[in-house]
Amino acid sequence: MDPSEEVFKGIKESGIDFVVSVPCANLQKLIPMVDSDPDIIHVPATREEEGIGICAGAYMGGKKPAIMMQNSGMGNSINALASLNRLYNIPLLIIISHRGIEGEPICAQVPMGEKTPHLLEVLDIPAYKPHLVQAKKTIEKATKKAFEEGKQAAILLSIGFWRES
Amino acid sequence: MIRYGALEILAEKEGDKDTLIIANIGFPSKELYEICDRKANFYMLGSMGLSSSIGLGLALARPDRKVLAIDGDGSVLMNMGSLATIANQHPDNYLLVIIDNGAYGSTGNQITATAGLTDLKEVALGAGVQNVAMVSDKSDLKEKLDTMDSGVLVVKTEPGNKKVPVIHLCPADIIKRFMEISSPPSHSR
Repeated sequence: MDPSEEVFKGIKESGIDFVVSVPCANLQKLIPMVDSDPDIIHVPATREEEGIGICAGAYMGGKKPAIMMQNSGMGNSINALASLNRLYNIPLLIIISHRGIEGEPICAQVPMGEKTPHLLEVLDIPAYKPHLVQAKKTIEKATKKAFEEGKQAAILLSIGFWRES
Repeated sequence: MIRYGALEILAEKEGDKDTLIIANIGFPSKELYEICDRKANFYMLGSMGLSSSIGLGLALARPDRKVLAIDGDGSVLMNMGSLATIANQHPDNYLLVIIDNGAYGSTGNQITATAGLTDLKEVALGAGVQNVAMVSDKSDLKEKLDTMDSGVLVVKTEPGNKKVPVIHLCPADIIKRFMEISSPPSHSR
């Protein structure tokens, strides 16, 4: 099993048809998959907060959006997630490459990596942490719930996840 | 001309059309609500900086509809990367109108960088937006709104707000009625 392919299948099975991305090394295979899918509009954004806004607009236009980012981007997304998504009950699937945890070679990733689950918790955004075998189903389930309830769901994909096979 | 005057012209030109309008946080939304409230106005009550991004996402999702986002100089300065994304996506149904009064109008008219050396028209051009214009009087604004369907229109105005009431709509109502117009029938809520 390939981690990027499983996440991509989860995105497709969930009916996601609009994806904003800000890169992470762990997303380097997934981003081109999304980009080349003819049924997904892919918008590379300059910053995660901007991407949250783009996704909100796409939702208002009838799309089912997701954003893919590194967890470092959570920091600049928080005001938008609260004062836009939460205020108007705008649903969103957030696929996060979770850095700064076990296996992280870059020390600068650690402080934000440790805080990321807490930030999601404070925002009342459920964080799903699937293993590779459950990734597709977990993404489907999380997306369905988020879009039915007008809420946001985060899929936190650890460093270990991207090394599974 | 202050922002209110620009919004009056915008409402006169777009109010009777089915253009989807994203209105920026604070006075821009409140003033537009006072001038011309309509279901197809989305009043962005929070998330300063994201009006241009919401407009872009909506325009890409609905290529069959005209989308116009009203932004301000302070807000664009907070999310300048948005201009680069808009330039590279360049949907031909999306016009970003930046009302540039050189001030943070909703927080006490503190000056912004555009009151100094920053030129948002040049920033938009540098970001790669192909269709960029700048106007500073009412007749030029009317003419540009008649001829520009996409790109970035910078409207230079004086700082100042009109005394207007708050918006008597809750967020759930704002988005519900907006989505009755903005999304395909099966998606409205």
